[in-house]
Amino acid sequence: MADQATHDLRQTPLHGLHVSLGARMVPFAGYDMPVQFEGVKPEHLWTREHAGLFDVSHMGPCFLTLKEGPSGSEDAHKAIAALIEEVVPSNIAGLKPGQARLTTLLNDDGGILDDLIITRLPDEKQNGRLYIVVNGAVKAQDWALFEKQFKGRAVLQPADHRVLMALQGPEAVEVFKDEFPGCEALGFMKAMLAAWEGAECMVSRCGYTGEDGFEILIPADAGQTLAAKLLKDDRVKPIGLGARDSLRLEAGLCLYGHDMDATRTPVEADLQWVIQKSRRERADFPGAAKILDQLANGPAEKRVGIRPLERAPAREGTEIQVNGETVGIVTSGGFGPTVDAPVAMGYIRADLAEPGTQIELMVRGKARMAEVAALPFIEHNYKR
Amino acid sequence: MTQKFTQQVTFYTEDHEWVTVHGDLATVGITRYAADQLGDVVFVETPEVGKTVKKGDEMAVVESVKAASDVYAPMSGEVIDANGALADAPEKVNEHPETEGWFCVIKFSDGAETEGLMDKDAYYEYCKGLA
Repeated sequence: MADQATHDLRQTPLHGLHVSLGARMVPFAGYDMPVQFEGVKPEHLWTREHAGLFDVSHMGPCFLTLKEGPSGSEDAHKAIAALIEEVVPSNIAGLKPGQARLTTLLNDDGGILDDLIITRLPDEKQNGRLYIVVNGAVKAQDWALFEKQFKGRAVLQPADHRVLMALQGPEAVEVFKDEFPGCEALGFMKAMLAAWEGAECMVSRCGYTGEDGFEILIPADAGQTLAAKLLKDDRVKPIGLGARDSLRLEAGLCLYGHDMDATRTPVEADLQWVIQKSRRERADFPGAAKILDQLANGPAEKRVGIRPLERAPAREGTEIQVNGETVGIVTSGGFGPTVDAPVAMGYIRADLAEPGTQIELMVRGKARMAEVAALPFIEHNYKR
Repeated sequence: MTQKFTQQVTFYTEDHEWVTVHGDLATVGITRYAADQLGDVVFVETPEVGKTVKKGDEMAVVESVKAASDVYAPMSGEVIDANGALADAPEKVNEHPETEGWFCVIKFSDGAETEGLMDKDAYYEYCKGLA
């Protein structure tokens, strides 16, 4: 029933585990991935209450290192930061060892080519090297852009043959600290290096669910053993892409290619916070003129949360109207199991972006009442 | 011709709907197989009473957490009743898809339209072939 021939699809190192657990598999970002195990709703609710294990090995983890290699000097960090800052608007130079930051890869018009997390390595002997995780669906083009942009200046090492997985939920820390002592002391968006049964790992306190939790990059063999071990814990269940999507939507987090793309700037996407003050002052990132103008004068359209007031969910592509006039479009929408109601995100004319604004969603030709809502739909449960 | 069904008979479609005909009325819903495939149903848009449908028309929509799916009219006729209880309790479709989770009743115009539909055993074999 898959549209794409399954033999064209890549498999993550955890593929066999998913199949053995009875997952329903679907093509996603070029991989054969689990969309659900027990069911989207129970998996979603389990993650909010306990701990959910997500295979995200389809994503694009990589390392970017100065051509001359890492060194213990602060200048080496400054040098690699200066390179990556050519294509992202965030302050990377100011990252402390082990600190991570969400940012956006920009084109010359300020359009978002991808969203990515950049981590300064925790070990200062590795100054001059950054750990970067890009989206799976666009990793080939991101990496091609890095290769071209940093040719002769830095070396890119993709790490997507390893296992990248996330353990998310309020019980994640209790489970994880037995495997990675010290991880409980990490704050949100902080990383540490660890050894697990001799395998070198990068453990980061971050995620894509709005819950506390961790992401770990680990060699494939060790990752398979670790995943199987974690799943033996009564607090942990495997979670598919379906619940990953409903969890991130309730948390108000963007899905690249849907809630943002090359036609949207970080300001329109309501991600202006990724552009720190020092970068605004220097105005030295791609599309700076347009983005700074939008920061000063406001964008024409803005990403907002949307609450349908009836039971019908509004899916991606649903038109937003006010008084019969089209004023925006839904870019992600579905049902939020924790909110126990339909939830959505979309772009709307900036003068209508205030939470509480009454709007209509055109669902299958019928106007359905809705209102602009503050994001996130659930309280973030991050370890600050 | 209008074929009357003096006894209640249930048929199944390849789109995983069940159709129970009795007299000239057909009660329609989705099968256990379909409900399990969809996962948790969160919204059902049933057809309006009084609407005329043709066999194969998109007649209703069932939304799960994951996606929206169309339900097609298995027979032509007039919709004379719809299951209003689903508005507040869409989970009935998962709990009892082939009884309380019914969608609507069609007063059908041509009983011969049941001829291409499957009986219970044929539908069971059909689902087995999909696994």
